[in-house]
Amino acid sequence: MYEILEKQILNPTVLRMKIAAPAVAKKAQPGQFVILRTDENGERIPLTIADYDRSAGSVTIIFQVVGATTERLSHMEVGECLSDFVGPLGRATETEGVRKVAVVGGGVGCAIAYPAAKKFFHEGATVHVIAGFRNRDLVILEEEFSAVSQKFVKMSDDGSWGEKGLVTDALRALIDSGEQYDRVLAIGPLPMMKFVSLLTKEYNIPTVVSMNPIMIDGTGMCGGCRLTVGGKTLFACVDGPEFDGHLVDFDEAMARGAMYRPFERAAHEAVCNLYREVK
Amino acid sequence: MPNLSLKKNPMPTRDPIERGKSFLEVTLGYTKEAAIDEADRCLGCKKPLCVEGCPVGISIPSFIQKVKVGEFEEAYRIITVASSLPAVCGRVCPQESQCEGKCVRGIKGEPVAIGRLERFVADFHNETSKEKPQKPVSNGRKVAVIGSGPAGLTCAGDLAKRGYAVTIFEALHAAGGVLVYGIPEFRLPKAIVQKEIDGLKKLGVEIRLNTVIGKTLSIEDLKSEGYEAVFIGSGAGLPNFMGIEGENLCGVSSANEFLTRINLMKAYQEGSATPVFHAGKVVVVGGGNVAMDAARSALRLGAEKVTIVYRRSLAELPARKEEVEHAMEEGIEFSLLCNPIKIEGYYNPDDRRDPKNGFVKGITCIRMELGEPDASGRRRPVEIPGSEFFLPCDAVIMAIGTSPNPLIKSTTEGLEVTRRGGIAADENGRTSLPFVYAGGDAVTGAATVILAMGAGKTAAASMDADLANRTKN
Repeated sequence: MYEILEKQILNPTVLRMKIAAPAVAKKAQPGQFVILRTDENGERIPLTIADYDRSAGSVTIIFQVVGATTERLSHMEVGECLSDFVGPLGRATETEGVRKVAVVGGGVGCAIAYPAAKKFFHEGATVHVIAGFRNRDLVILEEEFSAVSQKFVKMSDDGSWGEKGLVTDALRALIDSGEQYDRVLAIGPLPMMKFVSLLTKEYNIPTVVSMNPIMIDGTGMCGGCRLTVGGKTLFACVDGPEFDGHLVDFDEAMARGAMYRPFERAAHEAVCNLYREVK
Repeated sequence: MPNLSLKKNPMPTRDPIERGKSFLEVTLGYTKEAAIDEADRCLGCKKPLCVEGCPVGISIPSFIQKVKVGEFEEAYRIITVASSLPAVCGRVCPQESQCEGKCVRGIKGEPVAIGRLERFVADFHNETSKEKPQKPVSNGRKVAVIGSGPAGLTCAGDLAKRGYAVTIFEALHAAGGVLVYGIPEFRLPKAIVQKEIDGLKKLGVEIRLNTVIGKTLSIEDLKSEGYEAVFIGSGAGLPNFMGIEGENLCGVSSANEFLTRINLMKAYQEGSATPVFHAGKVVVVGGGNVAMDAARSALRLGAEKVTIVYRRSLAELPARKEEVEHAMEEGIEFSLLCNPIKIEGYYNPDDRRDPKNGFVKGITCIRMELGEPDASGRRRPVEIPGSEFFLPCDAVIMAIGTSPNPLIKSTTEGLEVTRRGGIAADENGRTSLPFVYAGGDAVTGAATVILAMGAGKTAAASMDADLANRTKN
C-alpha cells in the first residue's frame, strides 16, 4: 500500500500529491512515469513523475481531474493509501549534450515539463521556459519554473497571465529574435505538441515531445499505447514516453486517445454522482 | 479386463449457446464413475509412450492405475512428483500433441483421456484435501524469482520445498502471469490459479507485486539485497503486429490488450472501471490458443459475429484441438487460408467530428493456398493473386504472437540473448551470468504452460545444485 503523504490543490482541477513509494523514488528520473490504481477494483492509469525525494522515499504526482480515476484520487486524503503504484516506467529524459533548451509546457503538461527543466538547469544548460495556460486561475508551478530557468515566458489564452497568445507564438518570437536552441522539449496537449513540432521543423530544431497514451500494464505487454513514429509502430511505455516530435503521427495519437471517451465520460459522471450523494 | 471402448468418456460441457453468454467454465469435469471408467481404458503399457510425450515426464500409467482403484489422493501424489500445477495443466495442455498423441489406444480409436483424468485428480484433491502444507525447514538461503507465471510459480514452489526463502517479484498488481491476464475464466477459472498461489504462500513464498525488474529493481540490486540466485521467468513480452496499413486505427488491439482488459481488469463485469469494446462484428487474426481465447471472449461480450482469419488451413491451426472444437460449437466462424492485407477505417468527409471517424470499418484479406513446406516443416501459405475481399467489422484483434521484452536484458550487463531476442539459457536453465537462471517464454518465446513449468522445475534443480557447491553468503 502506498500512503498519501501530502496533498495540495494547485488550481480548481489540478492537484499535487506526494506518495510514499521508496522503491520508485530510489530509481525515478525526470521523464519517467508510474502506473497507479486507487483501490482494488480500480483501473490502471499512467501518470508522469513530477518530482521525487530519494531520502524521504516519496514520489510526487500532479494530475488533472479528467476521468473517474483522477476524480476518485482527488477525493483521497493524506493518510489514505493507493492500492498500487508501480514504476519508474519508460525512459528518462535525455539531457546529454544539450547546451541551450527551450522547454515548452502547456496546461497540466507543465507538471511533466518542470522536472525536465530542472534537470537541464542543474546540468548546466541554459533553460528558457515557455508556459501556457488558458487563464491566470489555472497557472501552476510559477515559482518552480522561475527557479530553474534563465528566461521564463508566460502565455495565456485571455491575456490574464503574461502575454495573450499561444506558446507557439512565444517560441517563434524567441527563435526569430536570434535565440539558438539545440533542443526544444514540448509537453502538453497533443495539438500543442503537434504545432510546436511543426514550427520547430521549419527551423530544423531537434524537438522532443512526451506522449501520454492509453496504457494498461506499462511494461510492453499490451501494446495499447502504440503510436506511429517515423512510419514505425513504437510502444510509449518501453520505447518512450519521449519521442522525436518531428516523426510522431499526432493525428493518429489524437484519435487513439479519444477511443474510449464515451465510456470515460459516463464513468466520470457516475463517480461524480457518487461523491455528490455522499455529500 | 480393460475398457475396450474406442471412444473417450465424453467431457460434460455447458450448452454451447448458453455458455457463449457467460464467462463460466465451459467444461465441467469427470464424475468419479466416468474417471474410473476412463482409467480402465489405459492398458498400462510396459514402455509407456505417453510419458515420453509429456514435457515433464509424469508417471502417467502409475497415476491412472491409482484412479482405476479409486485411490485419487495417491494418484495426485504421483502427478505432483513431476508437475506442480496439475489442475492448470489438465485444463490447458495440448494433450493431443503430447501424452495423448503417443497413446497406443489412439492408433485405433481415441487415446485415453489423460488430460481429463489429470484434471479430475487435481480437482478431487483441491476439493477434498484437508492436508495443510508444512512449512519446510529453512536452509537459511535467499533466492529471487522474477515473474509469477507458470515458470516462476513452479520454480518458487520447488525451491521453497527445499528450504529456500523465496521472493517472487511481479510487475502487475496480481500474481499468476499469463494464467491471470491471458487465459480466460471460461477455460481456466481464476480460483484455481489463486489456490496454487495461496499454496505457495503457505510454503513461505513471499510475493512482491508492482515490482518491475529492469525498472524498479535490477538483477544487480537483487544480488545486493542478499538474493544468492535469481530465476528469470518474465514471460513472452511484446505483442507482434503485422505491419499492415490501418493497424493503429481505433478498435484494433493486440490479443494481449483485449484479454488483459477482460481477464486481469475484469472489464467483462458490469461496473468495471476498465473499458473494453463490445463490438458487433469482430475479426481475430491468428490461429493459436490466444486467438481462440480472444474470439470466444469477444463472443461472450455480446458480438453478433466473430471470425477467425488464419493464413493456413484447419490442419495447421496451432491451437488445442478442444479449443477449436469449442469455438466452432459456439459459432465462431473460421476464414481459413486467408490473410489480412489492410485494415480500413471509417472517415466521414462531411463531418470531422463524427465519433466514428478513425474507427475500424473492415478488413481487406487475400486468399492463400499452401505451397512448399517452409523451415517449420509446415506448407508455406502463398497469396492467390486477385483474390482480395472485404470483411466488414468494427474490431480487429491481432493474435499473431509476441516478441521478447527488452526490459531485463537492457538493464542487465552480460546477460546474453538469443538471435531472436530471448534470454539465452542452456538445457538446465543456466544463463551467461553466474547464479542467474531463466526459463519459460522469456527464453523460448511464446510456448505452453507445461513447457514453462518444466523449465521452472529444471532451473530450480540447477539452482539448488549450484548453491550447494557455494559457501553461504
